[in-house]
Amino acid sequence: MMSLFDKFQSLSDARHALIQAEPSPIGTRIDEVLSPTEGRVDGRSVILAGTNNYLGLTFDPDCIAAAHDALDQEGTGTTGSRMANGSYVSHTRLEEELARFFARPSAVVFSTGYMANLGLIGTLAGADDVIVLDADCHASIYDACRLTGADIIRFRHNDPRDLEKRLRRLGERTANALIVVEGIYSMLGDQAPLREIVAVKRRHGGYLLVDEAHSLGVLGAHGRGLAEAEGVEADVDFVVGTFSKSLGAIGGFAASHHPQLDMIRYASRPYIFTASPSPATIASVRTALHIVHSRDELRQRLWANAERLYHGLARLGFELGPEPGPVVATLLGSPQQGVAFWHGLLERGVYVNLVLPPATPGGRALTLMRISVSAAHDTAQIDRIIAAFAALKPMLDHHGHE
Amino acid sequence: MAHLERLAPPDSNLHPDIDMVSELGLDSVKVMDLMLDAEDEFDISVPLNILADIRTPNQLAQAINKLLESQ
Repeated sequence: MMSLFDKFQSLSDARHALIQAEPSPIGTRIDEVLSPTEGRVDGRSVILAGTNNYLGLTFDPDCIAAAHDALDQEGTGTTGSRMANGSYVSHTRLEEELARFFARPSAVVFSTGYMANLGLIGTLAGADDVIVLDADCHASIYDACRLTGADIIRFRHNDPRDLEKRLRRLGERTANALIVVEGIYSMLGDQAPLREIVAVKRRHGGYLLVDEAHSLGVLGAHGRGLAEAEGVEADVDFVVGTFSKSLGAIGGFAASHHPQLDMIRYASRPYIFTASPSPATIASVRTALHIVHSRDELRQRLWANAERLYHGLARLGFELGPEPGPVVATLLGSPQQGVAFWHGLLERGVYVNLVLPPATPGGRALTLMRISVSAAHDTAQIDRIIAAFAALKPMLDHHGHE
Repeated sequence: MAHLERLAPPDSNLHPDIDMVSELGLDSVKVMDLMLDAEDEFDISVPLNILADIRTPNQLAQAINKLLESQ
């Protein structure tokens, strides 16, 4: 009989083949964080370019002051569920502010973005329902689907025609189908063709959920995400997002124009059976949300940096994701090459994310250097990132990258 | 089977009862992509939730037949 731990052997072998020593690209220890864009890793000063800190708000003085006040006034934690003792005035205020921000009647706060997907999708769909999701959706969406017992159907990534085909095959069941896409996909940084997806939904019916985790604060005139940027918010039934990227903290939310959303507070296990976010977290998120819709210049700086980095790397001949954005992904030839490249960047003072299959999308066994851009990067830092990539480019050419 | 030949390692001894994961070494992502091609050919959608129980081409064929009959 197999031991309980035998299943870890292949993971352990794979890890050992790639990583024998610290610093490790997997679970890198960040020794010091000095600012949204600077830190120390393995004794070196590095530019932090793998943080999802898109607006650079983690050290915003107003967010920090709000968190300090909440810590002093309300303590370190709520020590309880939203359903029991974990709903403070600040949690409900944040929900009202999120609802107002998205111009929808209701919003619900969860303890993480992952749990927002588990809590919403996992509760909305039941055993007789069907979920039609983009193949490149985040693991939290796949995990949520598994909780439902619903029929789970994937459509080809960013392919509205494939979505249409699958809705057509569903026949009458389409009326209740939950279609799930993301605003910006986390690995390659590409955006969903949302207007075309909305057109398919209008023809066939169903409900549309857009996970704006990477597009909140990043896209749209007010930072409401891809649905705002594409002018299709009225056709989006549910918005899901996270506080751990542009808002610089941790937590998640769901918002909807369906008033029934509020009932998930009584039905969603990931909402009920976990402690609510700490008062300091909620306070910094409320301030960050205000900044998102009042300081448009942050978005402009983020996009200027994203364009500069993307086009700089493209000019050097790197193979990149399909379009510029807060996530700029460079495709490498193999996991081994990825590890070597990651170390090379670190030696040159640049920290990014190494992403290895199967976390990379689409069964193409991609290895990615995933850079996340911040409004807090200055032009000199973006240029140093580009220079570090340029210095390492020969590594790819010599190994016959395909 | 033709879709499987494209994804399987060269020189694999393919047969209808081969275990696609443990014998052919296809990972779950490759099996899902195999499915996309089969779905197009038969104009059906095979839900992911039934995929977990499918290990061999034979089982896949049975699942596809069942879906075709239920339409």
